Amino acid sequence: MKKSITAIFCFAAGIALLPFFTQSGVVLNFFMMALYATLLAQSWNILGGYGGQFSFGHAAFFGSGAYMQAIAQLQWGLNAWTALCLAILFSAMVGALIGAVSFRYGLKGSYFALVTLACAEILRITSLSVPFTGAGVGLMLPLQESLTTLQFSDRTYFLWIILALVCIGLLTTLYIQESKFGAYLQAIRDNEDAAQALGIDPFRIKLYATTLSAGLMGSAGAMYLQVFQYIDPAIAYGPQSSVEALVGAIVGGLGSLWGPVIGAGVLLMLSELTRNLFGSIPGVNMVIYGCVLVFIVIYLPRGLIGLVVQCKTFLLSFNSKKNF
Amino acid sequence: MFDLSILFSSFLNGITIGAVYALIALGLTLIYGVLHIINFAHGACLMIALYGVYALWDVLGINPYASLPIMIITMFFFGYGLQRFIINRANHHKDENVLLVTLGLSIIFENLALIFFHSDTRTIDTSYTLQTMNLGSATIALPKLIAFFGAMLMCTLLILLMKFTHLGHAILAVAKEKTGAKLMGIHVEHIYALSFGIGLSCLGAAACFLLPAYYVNPTAGNGFIFISFTIVVLGGMGSFIGALLGGLLIGIVESLGGLYLGESLGQVGVFVIFVFFLIFRPQGMFGVSNAK
Repeated sequence: MKKSITAIFCFAAGIALLPFFTQSGVVLNFFMMALYATLLAQSWNILGGYGGQFSFGHAAFFGSGAYMQAIAQLQWGLNAWTALCLAILFSAMVGALIGAVSFRYGLKGSYFALVTLACAEILRITSLSVPFTGAGVGLMLPLQESLTTLQFSDRTYFLWIILALVCIGLLTTLYIQESKFGAYLQAIRDNEDAAQALGIDPFRIKLYATTLSAGLMGSAGAMYLQVFQYIDPAIAYGPQSSVEALVGAIVGGLGSLWGPVIGAGVLLMLSELTRNLFGSIPGVNMVIYGCVLVFIVIYLPRGLIGLVVQCKTFLLSFNSKKNF
Repeated sequence: MFDLSILFSSFLNGITIGAVYALIALGLTLIYGVLHIINFAHGACLMIALYGVYALWDVLGINPYASLPIMIITMFFFGYGLQRFIINRANHHKDENVLLVTLGLSIIFENLALIFFHSDTRTIDTSYTLQTMNLGSATIALPKLIAFFGAMLMCTLLILLMKFTHLGHAILAVAKEKTGAKLMGIHVEHIYALSFGIGLSCLGAAACFLLPAYYVNPTAGNGFIFISFTIVVLGGMGSFIGALLGGLLIGIVESLGGLYLGESLGQVGVFVIFVFFLIFRPQGMFGVSNAK
């Protein structure tokens, strides 16, 4: 526990101090995008990794956060920070609603995945047809750089804000790892019937996990809007963010503290590499994501973190043999 | 307001596309019923089949209906290989893994199509594309009529194959009792891959009937994923007759929904039916589930 907190602190300090060593836009942008992808993966890891509930429709929470962030500023005239709080709350509520309905009626495994995807699609089509989301045109945030509008020309500030959110994600994950709530959640993942027989209420625990996960995803959606200043139904509720969240968490290693960080970082490096190799042909990036996903599920079901653990035990056993 | 001839022609339109939906869903329900997995790449595989039919027509000048046997056989081998060498290896005794792998495959297929064919929508112009037939007070496009009868024929053939051949019996045996079937000398892995192959053959056939009246682009399969999942849930997982009736029903619902609610909001109907059925009536319309 103490070791993990120290590690989180060092991680945060290391990245936070980065802008003092380099002002290169490429480097800062890379770290910002890596942290953003980490946030997505962390959110998925809470529900999918610790709770064992695989969602294919995390975009439902991402888009709800992004739209709330935009609507609160554009139509209600609130400042960006209040909007951020509202966005997180709103997406958590969407998560609670979807979770409540699907867990109340006992949807598990693949069916939960399909229902979440269907919910994201329902939201996408709805946001295409109602006026307050700007329909197909989308919503554009006017350019206004200041602290209250949460818009900066310098990537440094975004880096810090997203880093703060990632640290909240890390601490939440640590809480899940160490607390009673987390133990319940992992018990439900491993064997729901046994957990229930021991007096755990799976419905309540899974609902909490979904709400937490959705809130974190909503904050990522809100940050997407702040950085790119534009949102439309395809970006908000399309499959892209769901896939990014899922692949990042699975590649890194499900149910681990640092898995999402490693997964998101490695995937971003891979996609930068392919961009350098193949230029910007549309689709190459996603082909790589798909291949990595298939490869990891077949050969490394415990992700890159699992690989590290395996190497460690292998080296340890090698050492102990030498000592004999 | 209630113009009967519009209603009737909308109904006819729905039932013709519904027959193709039924054929697609039949493939999905066969895979689900036998392997107990959900093939998330079903839509992407349909897209591949559509490109296959398009390429045969564009490059070799083969009529879409004449390419039927070629597509059925190619898609069968494609499916066989896919299941045997990729999907089966990912199982690790967890359903969700298969869902993840098929998701990964659908991402790969879709984006490979994007790389090789770009995002333009392609259609084919045959001499009969725009021909129509008069049926009572309604007119209907000839390709749709052919699609209806062709799809119904394929569905019947598949159901006969399952009911009256050794292969069909072996598949049903594996679906009902895997271990027992293994003890009887049935090669389970082989049957799994065969079922997956037959499931994709349905897509090959569906693509031949669809393309003259439809279009193809890298995301063409997406629209069909949820429709076919909905049909499978509606008809009861693993039930062939359910998939057939469910397909026709969804075709009619979609067509009438589009007529009264408008194009974009009409789409929501399918998703709402899907969520509603999974939550309140997971055993399907008729309460039959020979799958479990």
